[in-house]
Amino acid sequence: MSDIEDRVRKKVVEHLGVDEDKVVPNASFIDDLGADSLDTVELVMAFEEEFGIEIPDDAAESIQTFGDAVKFISENNG
Amino acid sequence: MFDLTGKSALVTGASGGIGAAIARSLHGAGATVGLSGTRVDPLQALADELGERAHVLPCNLGDADAVTALPKQATEAMGAVDILVNNAGITRDNLFMRMSDDEWQSVLDVNLTSAFRLSKGVMRGMMKARWGRIVNISSIVGATGNPGQANYAASKAGMVGMAKSLAYEVASRGITVNAVAPGFIATAMTDKLTDDQKDKINVQIPAGRMGTPEEIAAATLYLASPEAAYVTGTVLHVNGGMAML
Repeated sequence: MSDIEDRVRKKVVEHLGVDEDKVVPNASFIDDLGADSLDTVELVMAFEEEFGIEIPDDAAESIQTFGDAVKFISENNG
Repeated sequence: MFDLTGKSALVTGASGGIGAAIARSLHGAGATVGLSGTRVDPLQALADELGERAHVLPCNLGDADAVTALPKQATEAMGAVDILVNNAGITRDNLFMRMSDDEWQSVLDVNLTSAFRLSKGVMRGMMKARWGRIVNISSIVGATGNPGQANYAASKAGMVGMAKSLAYEVASRGITVNAVAPGFIATAMTDKLTDDQKDKINVQIPAGRMGTPEEIAAATLYLASPEAAYVTGTVLHVNGGMAML
């Protein structure tokens, strides 16, 4: 779990250029981390590559916060 | 000027007159080209003519699965797709009152829906690269209409609306999406016209002649070039003044 969390956080920091300590479970990519809608698409793409998984469009839409992303990936990884 | 060295371009309809001219022009500027079309023989002949940096990628654009697979095949062959030219087009002309659902749908599928699917398929790579060019080859009739071509004109106008919408969405990622709208261009299709028919067309064109495929290719090359980075969501009309839009 924590390994996944770290890897997801790293991708978010890398992509959105935000401070690591701002990437908390309930941080919304758009409202709190300054992402625009295209950033969220790119983040999902980055998660797919990092974890070698496919995130379907309807699931991608439900991933609004850092916590959502960690939860989805934890449940669907491997 | 217009150096595309190191860039890879996928051109649909490359077996046709305009598509082949576009492929030659991009290749001449240094790009690696993926030649797509339904007829393998002319594609292979063009690839042989171009020599290195040319790949034959046959695809029936009416087949959704084949269209979805094409960007992947192109990426495998060329390493990336930096430039997509949605050039392929078919006509199934008929008077509106007689136009069948099939005549409508097949033209929309090949001309417009394939452009949607291909653009979507190449977008991930372009977003990651922070560089991309999509050029939709539309038509003057997409702006002016043409009797007997409700399906074709709708598909060509659709390519413009789609290009503009996509251009908004991806401009911040270094990707431009534009359209070229040819007027009457001398190709195998117009060669079949009689001299009398050609004269009637030419009097409607201020330039007094039909355009050449190379003139469409030049416009496409410009929009595909690094120099056109600040040009997006536009339609470049190449029609000898036939419609000044």
